[in-house]
Amino acid sequence: MKAERTFFQRLRRYYALFTAGFAAFLVALAVLEQEGMSRAWIGYLFMFATIILYASIGVLSRTSNVLEYYVAGRRVPAVFNGMATAADWISAASFISLAGGLYLHGFDGLAYIMGWTGGYVLVALLIAPYLRKFSQYTIPDFLAERYAGNGGRGRAVRILAVAATIIVSFTYVVAQIYAVGLIASRFTGVDFSVGIFLGLASILVCSFLGGMRAITWTQVAQYIIILVAFLIPAMWLSAKHSGNPIPQVAYGKLLPRLGAREAQLNRDPGELEVRGVFRQRADEYQARLDALPASWDSGRIAAQRKLDIVKQHGASLVDIRSAERAVLAYPKNPDDAARLWADARAQNLARAEPITPHATPFPGADRAQSDAKRNNFLALVFCLMLGTAALPHILMRAYTTPSVHETRVSVFWTLFFILLIYLTIPALAVLVKYDIYSVLVGSRYDQLPSWVSYWANVDKVNPLISIVDVNHDGIVQLAEIAIDGDVLVLATPEIAGLPYVISGLVAAGGLAAALSTADGLLLAISNALSHDVYYKLVDPTASTQKRVTISKLLLLAVAFIAAYAASQKPADILSVVAAAFSLAASTLFPALVLGVFWKRANYQGAVAGMLAGFGVCVYYMLHTNPVLGGSAAGQWLHIEAISAGIFGVPAGLLTLAGVSLLTPAPDRRTRALIAYVRAPEQQ
Amino acid sequence: MTAMLLTLWLVTGFCTAYFARELATLSVFGWPLSFYLAAQGSSLVYLAIIGCYAWRMRRLDRDFDEERQ
Repeated sequence: MKAERTFFQRLRRYYALFTAGFAAFLVALAVLEQEGMSRAWIGYLFMFATIILYASIGVLSRTSNVLEYYVAGRRVPAVFNGMATAADWISAASFISLAGGLYLHGFDGLAYIMGWTGGYVLVALLIAPYLRKFSQYTIPDFLAERYAGNGGRGRAVRILAVAATIIVSFTYVVAQIYAVGLIASRFTGVDFSVGIFLGLASILVCSFLGGMRAITWTQVAQYIIILVAFLIPAMWLSAKHSGNPIPQVAYGKLLPRLGAREAQLNRDPGELEVRGVFRQRADEYQARLDALPASWDSGRIAAQRKLDIVKQHGASLVDIRSAERAVLAYPKNPDDAARLWADARAQNLARAEPITPHATPFPGADRAQSDAKRNNFLALVFCLMLGTAALPHILMRAYTTPSVHETRVSVFWTLFFILLIYLTIPALAVLVKYDIYSVLVGSRYDQLPSWVSYWANVDKVNPLISIVDVNHDGIVQLAEIAIDGDVLVLATPEIAGLPYVISGLVAAGGLAAALSTADGLLLAISNALSHDVYYKLVDPTASTQKRVTISKLLLLAVAFIAAYAASQKPADILSVVAAAFSLAASTLFPALVLGVFWKRANYQGAVAGMLAGFGVCVYYMLHTNPVLGGSAAGQWLHIEAISAGIFGVPAGLLTLAGVSLLTPAPDRRTRALIAYVRAPEQQ
Repeated sequence: MTAMLLTLWLVTGFCTAYFARELATLSVFGWPLSFYLAAQGSSLVYLAIIGCYAWRMRRLDRDFDEERQ
């Protein structure tokens, strides 16, 4: 007990020192910026300083002890485990995209907040304490032991659980590494793939040398950076608009004002005019679509002729370039044209829509549409909750605390630390929306703030923000702004009028969020491979030294494969990341929960249930997700593909229960294990 | 106990979202009630549920220990 306490105090001292050091670093950079240091250098300094910091924590906590490597010696105090889990949890998507999603979708986006926080109730009540009581190393460990079968060793269950762990974690980790590349390349100007490998280097030094132990202590540091980076701009913006620096409280006052502004903009003649222009453009695309394939021919000839005319008349280089680009970008054949023009038509139609009020739940044209939206909202919340409760890299952390009680407390702290960020996200979305609606909209084109032009030029192919004077009146209308949700958090410091240092800080925060999640995921994958596949199935006699070495080598291999996958810029993978939650929920959740709470669940039931849950979920996604070759027409009850788990989970539960009842009950050893896991621990 | 807290979880999670349109007309300190619940209220209730559970289970564990001795 005494040793534990001094360990805790020492940790607290280290992290207090770290926070102070980080604050000093920020102040020093702010002073340097005043002295005229360039933006690029601030970007470099942030990126390298944080990466070196993570790497040195990794070096300091290097280990080759099995217990330390897999579960950080099971002595992480609850508060710190909570912080580390929160960093593990807050991915690049939460940090960068979630506020943007709320900005764009209003109430409907709140499903993510509800789902991602509600899942922790399930983790705390149904899963984590029992896993800790069981005291092994990985999630497949628990499932294989619990569903050992009569006299068997649960091979099939273990293999299925490993497969699910890898599929879920791998899609997720690719997205994180992709985000690392994106942030690094935007803020320092290095090439996208160089950014990926820089990030990878820091992930590797950390997890390769010290496994769970190094990752835990790095994640605590990363959490502190994430928190500071997220709160400073939000507080500043909140103070600017409402005079109250606590955004979570202040935005209640702004919400009615935002609503009034939305109603006003909906009636504004300028806005109506711009929307009319977009509707007209959509109609033009419709006319061209109707006239295919003849319209494709005539359009191609027209584009070519325009280029010729421009060239002959000695127009400016800019005009020639744009005419050339128009010819190059012209659809290659009528099918291509049909697809491109249909997209363009949909885009223009979307921009012709009036504003949907931010705080209205489930806006829809009629009751049925609104009901469908509500059902989708509920289905998404359900999938995200159960998915959270079945994500291997989060559950894995339940093993690292000193006792079962500490595990329960640590889930409490996890949610607490997550909420510090998550309660700010809806506030930030409202604040930025209010700022853009009331300051940017209505300003003159010759006086656009500098952040607009900066972010418009960051990515030339798919601009993050674009403002075009559609109706040529020299004044910005809301309908003229096209904004990518991802830019919101990154640009907040500039929107709020803060110095560039804070932008660098936000980028470092996004980087920390992506790296910490990637760390945890890579460890989950490599542990599943080395511990469950290699040690438990291939070579049960391997020495502990050998097991850790194998684990490290696998980590290296997985990391490089993931980085390679990310460097291919896989748009498809990114769109299915949210689907990872549905997959985790359908495959792992029924087996985990019934494993603890239903003694009758057996080996055959678990195998069938996991297969059924996975099968139904994947089938529904393939069937309804356009990216994967399905179509929205195949939807059941109008539920979108992202919430496939709403069908997968019941399928898994029912199959598990049905097959278990049809086959013999589990043997005495398994029943004893359940009784042990559920009994209170001795203190 | 677990069942009770889970019911509470279910109610905060799904009922408030199901009836969000009806609740939207009420307002607390400027927030429409359904927006507040979805954005902050439900998350805070979740935190309270977990806190309650951890605290209560610790008491139960202790009582159990004393009985055993």
